[in-house]
Amino acid sequence: MRRIISILLLVIIAFGISLSLAKIPFGVPKTKVGRHYINEGVKETGATNIVTSVVVSYRGFDTLGEVTVLFIAAIGLGAVLTTGVKGEMRKVQPASLVLYTGCRLLFPLILVFGTYIFIHGHLTPGGGFQGGAIIASGFLLIYLGCRERRISRVASNLAESLGGLTFVVIGLLGLAFGGYFLLNFLPKGTANALLSAGIIPIIYIAIGFKVGSELAGIIDNLIEES
Amino acid sequence: MIVFVSFLVVLMLVGAVAASVFRDLISAVITAALVSLIASILFYFLQAPDVAMAEASIGAALTAAIFIIAIRRTKRYEE
Repeated sequence: MRRIISILLLVIIAFGISLSLAKIPFGVPKTKVGRHYINEGVKETGATNIVTSVVVSYRGFDTLGEVTVLFIAAIGLGAVLTTGVKGEMRKVQPASLVLYTGCRLLFPLILVFGTYIFIHGHLTPGGGFQGGAIIASGFLLIYLGCRERRISRVASNLAESLGGLTFVVIGLLGLAFGGYFLLNFLPKGTANALLSAGIIPIIYIAIGFKVGSELAGIIDNLIEES
Repeated sequence: MIVFVSFLVVLMLVGAVAASVFRDLISAVITAALVSLIASILFYFLQAPDVAMAEASIGAALTAAIFIIAIRRTKRYEE
């Protein structure tokens, strides 16, 4: 009976959502603000990836809030899971040879790929969040394959704090130079060059370090306590 | 192209239904990760590579790992 009621509810909700989505036309010219981002975004921010110019430049303050939410979630998880009692080190079963070798071979490549994604965030698809998540999945591979390895807590916390601090300090520098938070005060350079778009690459590198160390820390907390 | 995309969508629906009916929770997590993976491929076809990357690494890799760690601490089979 309960199952039938829940299926009925789901069908009603799906019907409502599809009814409202069907009203939105697909692929027609965008709204006014969307057109502005597409037409003027490259000129105004210097970033050829329009998604990045919206995320870091036009809506930079929202991104700071997003990073803060992730930070609070990681802190909360650590506070809930860390009991303070150091349990005896369980004997870990070593991984099989295939997994061990594959993990040692793939881990540096994944790190390089994630770093590439967030350094080139203003030129190609991707950015700090995606690069950080890719790096964290590399650390997950380390936990699966090389089980006696642990990431250094101090280094991870340092990367996390420095990333957040860089973001806020650059925002405040904008406040000091030109009058509003996260002002792009560095020269924009020529579009499509690696050293262009002013503060956008710096902020994305900071976000990459922060997200990567935070997600890796979440995985570390969960594995340590289980 | 349209055949491939419809095949992916059907596979995704099958995976989603399977994830909700499996009694073995590990299998349910694997099928949920499959749904995420196919969603990231569809995002790529819809020309949103930014979202596709985030979905593939967070939805398919990290979420599945967190669920599996949690299942290892609790029971594997749902009664």
